Amino acid sequence: MSTLLATAVGVLYATAIYLILRRSIVKLVIGLVLLSNAANLLIFTSSGLTRYAPPLIPEGASAVVDGIVADPLAQALILTAIVIGFGVLAFAVVLIHRAYEVVKADDMDQMKDTDT
Amino acid sequence: MLYALLGGFGVAALAPWLHQLFGRHSGWALALWPATLFIYFSGFLAGVNDGPVLLQHNWIPSLGIQLSFMVDGLSLLFALLISGIGIFIVAFAGRYLEGHRDLGRFYAILLAFMASMLGLVLSDNLIALFVFWELTSITSYLLIGFNHEDAAARRSALQGLFVTVGGGLALMTGLIMLAMVGGSYELSSLLNQGDVIREHALYAPMLWLILLGAFTKSAQFPFHFWLPNAMAAPTPVSAYLHSATMVKAGVYLLARLNPALGGTELWLTVLGSVGAITLFIGIWLALRSTGIKKVLAYSTVMALGTLTMLIGLGTPLAVTAAMAFLLAHSLYKGALFMVAGIIDHETGSKDLRDTGGLFRAMPITAVVAGIAALSLAGVIPMFGFVAKELLFDAALKNAASWILALVIAGTIMTVAVGALIGFLPWYGAPVKTKKQPHEPAPALLAGPVVLALLGLGFGIAAPWVDRMLLGAAATAVAGVPVDYPVSLWHGFNTPLLLSIISLIAGLLLYRWRQHFHHHTRFTEVLARTGPERGYDLVMAWLIKVSAWQTGFFQSGYLRYYLLIILLTFMALVWTVLLLYWPALSFGIHLQGIQLHEYVLVFVLMAAAVAAARTDSRLGAVASLGAVGFTVALLYVMFSAPDLGITQVLVETLTVILLVLVLFRLPKFLRLTSTALRLRDVLVASAVGITMTCLLLFAADARLYESISHWHVAQSVPSGYGRNIVNVILVDFRALDTLGEIFVLALAATGVLAMIRLRAEDKRK
Repeated sequence: MSTLLATAVGVLYATAIYLILRRSIVKLVIGLVLLSNAANLLIFTSSGLTRYAPPLIPEGASAVVDGIVADPLAQALILTAIVIGFGVLAFAVVLIHRAYEVVKADDMDQMKDTDT
Repeated sequence: MLYALLGGFGVAALAPWLHQLFGRHSGWALALWPATLFIYFSGFLAGVNDGPVLLQHNWIPSLGIQLSFMVDGLSLLFALLISGIGIFIVAFAGRYLEGHRDLGRFYAILLAFMASMLGLVLSDNLIALFVFWELTSITSYLLIGFNHEDAAARRSALQGLFVTVGGGLALMTGLIMLAMVGGSYELSSLLNQGDVIREHALYAPMLWLILLGAFTKSAQFPFHFWLPNAMAAPTPVSAYLHSATMVKAGVYLLARLNPALGGTELWLTVLGSVGAITLFIGIWLALRSTGIKKVLAYSTVMALGTLTMLIGLGTPLAVTAAMAFLLAHSLYKGALFMVAGIIDHETGSKDLRDTGGLFRAMPITAVVAGIAALSLAGVIPMFGFVAKELLFDAALKNAASWILALVIAGTIMTVAVGALIGFLPWYGAPVKTKKQPHEPAPALLAGPVVLALLGLGFGIAAPWVDRMLLGAAATAVAGVPVDYPVSLWHGFNTPLLLSIISLIAGLLLYRWRQHFHHHTRFTEVLARTGPERGYDLVMAWLIKVSAWQTGFFQSGYLRYYLLIILLTFMALVWTVLLLYWPALSFGIHLQGIQLHEYVLVFVLMAAAVAAARTDSRLGAVASLGAVGFTVALLYVMFSAPDLGITQVLVETLTVILLVLVLFRLPKFLRLTSTALRLRDVLVASAVGITMTCLLLFAADARLYESISHWHVAQSVPSGYGRNIVNVILVDFRALDTLGEIFVLALAATGVLAMIRLRAEDKRK
């Protein structure tokens, strides 16, 4: 399975990079969303994939039953990353909206200078 | 000691206010500080023959950097010269630059320079020594460029800075190597490690680096060009920095490190030949110059070459000669530079050809200049004579014959230069000058009078000077006790004969100097293609390269920055991957995958490609949503329910947000050509493949055990929670989460601010 997911991560990265290399700012934002998904999935896959063993401790037990659960640390990190990613996205979206109102163009080449 | 040194910087900082407070007497008032220091350092004279005194203060204990100071003969000689000459320089400057609007600033830099120079010669720690070394470079840059409205002064200042600081960089490397080899940053212990250091494999590179630092600072050939250019500085600066102190820092370093580094064939060859060549070139150029300060500056180059050569020889006799020459030179050159300043100040002339017959107008100055010039020429009974005798003696006994020849030729020309300075402006037919010349104010005259008379007094009392300080200084340089008798009269011997010959030949050369000028015109061609030309070429090239590379890298287009970053990233990753290729395993694990998982991943990839390809904004957002929700499902399937929930929530919000905002923006345009798109596709695919490969390698390699088993085990006992991910977030890594909340709050504030801004725009 990790091979399959590795391919998916590669595709996500490729599309994300392609989009952030475009001149349109909207595409840049879409690329950023894809990029954060790609990075999250990369961490998720590299921490090892486990089926049917969520990092939960059953009621009444003081430790996991047979000792094998999915890596909780990687999950905690990704959780943080998802939320931060959303915060950044929200800010970026409002920012480009504001930029569009000022520059009146969805083209980064027209935002080269601070004077526009 | 610490107060004596750091107090200097304090006084420097206060100098502009003190200047306002004391008005036109500020020169004398501020001269009290170097006078205090001089008295303080004189207190060390009594014990100087009993070996070095060490004083330590912790500075950065964790790095082993201490503010430690060593007072021995060598550092004391320098400290006394710096503070002693400093008294007169400050007083001189007060009158010379009287009424100058930046005089306060001048005092500040001059005193800061003095403090740095004292720190340099007294430091026992190599790092501290280097810091002070660089401080002298920086302060001297400010002093040379004091008349910053003059383009030539700025250029000279920059030239001096580049040459000395460039050498300083090499010096730093060399000093660090020295400390590594010698096992200590303290000079006092390094100087006893000479045998270990000289045998070490790093000795030669270390020596070259240190020599580069010392040679640039002390204006040795081929770096001698910056010193005469530094004469753009006001005369007190020239007198102080470029004769008595800063340029001698390099000589000081060589002398200081002689016990640790000296005595080898390499040391002898390099120092001996560079010193001798510098000596000859310096005095040659001095004789060919006509500007008073230029003549003096080039003769300073000659003196520095002599000192380097003598330290290179390294015998007790040569070292004694070096110390005597150093003292003599500081005294007469300080005096002569101040005299040059007086001539400039009182007559407005800076050139030997514009002066003459000044004796009638300023007899005291003329006599003082004559005494100092006699010392320069090395005429009995001046201290310069003592130094010259020792120089001849050392060169006769220890130096190669070609060096001896250069020394004799240099001395002959020095006599001629002495005559040039001590005779030409004062006697003969009066030349009409810009101002009506008259005897200068006491503040201007004090320095030359005292220094010139000291040159005379020390000459007569040479054995006493030797006993008080010179012997101890020579001992410190040689590293072994030196007891070479220094006196005015050594009897009739070869050095005396050489002295007499050089005196006569020098006077003849002075008499026929027009012919000398005429017949040596050819050297001007050499000067034009000399090291200074090299410096100019390097600087021009530097500017060109930086302009080119700025234009190349700073395109201003986001995509080019990204391309550079991505290509660099891939180059680095693939270099490492290919280097370790045989050790890497690349497992393909496709067994046990169920059909729905295949479908899910296929949807994910298709949606991502669709998001990239589509021309419709709605299509892009929809594809984005598909990507997000598939990722959420993947999280759920592989035991990460919390991630799944969060991802679904965030993805929903993202889609809503994008739909709300993006539809106020225009439709996608086709902005780039097909060829450019193709290029981007290639780069993007390459990055994707790189990431896939990285991940495949990473899946098969686990260098360290995960630390998460600790979190799993401690979740209930320490965290009192059954959802381990939650416990990590709110307990084990709670500070991270706090930071995250902070970031979100910040983003929300930003969003709110921008929406408000828009509302205000609308209201207008």
